[in-house]
Amino acid sequence: MMREIHELGLTDYQFSRDFQARIFEKVKSGSLRSALILCRHRPVITMGRQAKPENIKSSSADLDIKGIRTVFVERGGDVTYHGPGQLVIYPVCDLRFFGKDLHQYLRMLESLVMGTLTESGINPCRKPGLTGVWVDEAKISSIGIAVRNWISYHGIALNVKKDDLEGFSLIRPCGMDIRMTSMETILNRDVSFEQVSASIIRRFQKC
Amino acid sequence: MLKAILPELGQGIDKATVSFWFLKEGDKVKEKDDLVELTTDKAAFNLPSPGTGTITEIFFREGETVNVGQVLAHIDEN
Repeated sequence: MMREIHELGLTDYQFSRDFQARIFEKVKSGSLRSALILCRHRPVITMGRQAKPENIKSSSADLDIKGIRTVFVERGGDVTYHGPGQLVIYPVCDLRFFGKDLHQYLRMLESLVMGTLTESGINPCRKPGLTGVWVDEAKISSIGIAVRNWISYHGIALNVKKDDLEGFSLIRPCGMDIRMTSMETILNRDVSFEQVSASIIRRFQKC
Repeated sequence: MLKAILPELGQGIDKATVSFWFLKEGDKVKEKDDLVELTTDKAAFNLPSPGTGTITEIFFREGETVNVGQVLAHIDEN
């Protein structure tokens, strides 16, 4: 199967969005069936299609002082925060090769993350009726996608580093009062992005 | 007369909500152009036009819920 893997490192949010758009066009043209883009973002708040303004708890003046932009995006879901301690994973997939089923595809993305977490010694779980990955009562990974012409883009944010969780206090993540956690918080040790990325890529190649 | 129908989106997904229309009644549209965006829980889904023509009638407005199989719009090919 024709696949591409792109590791962008720490990027501006808009750069990664433009990059996704270019990959999307390649998949749409048929020259590629799927691609995986991995990156990290400087602090940014993104508002999905179901986002409610009241789910941003901080004032816009406060966000300006902190240098955090708010961006409206075309993915499903409510509000989320991205920071450099997360691995952000954007699979761009022609869903005609993935069962043409949004429910199944979202579960596949969850499984991708859950496999990597299990490999590192974490015991992840799903919450019935909710999308994302949890460890006990805390959320470790958020998922939201957009689909055009049955090609999916946007994707997954996985909290890796322990010192980047305070950004979530600026918002009500996904419009819920939930506690967020990270791989380092649970494992109580350093976790490298390289290791996590390698596991995600390996699992994606098998999907 | 072509019908833009909400297709099967996946297991257990029987409805979606209209986010917005890219076009309005009376507008010309080409096959596969974005027609309307709908959302389910964590996915935003763009429904492309099933053919080329003029949008004669839109049946669901922004914020309204559509069941799988329901007709969202009519498109006149003439």
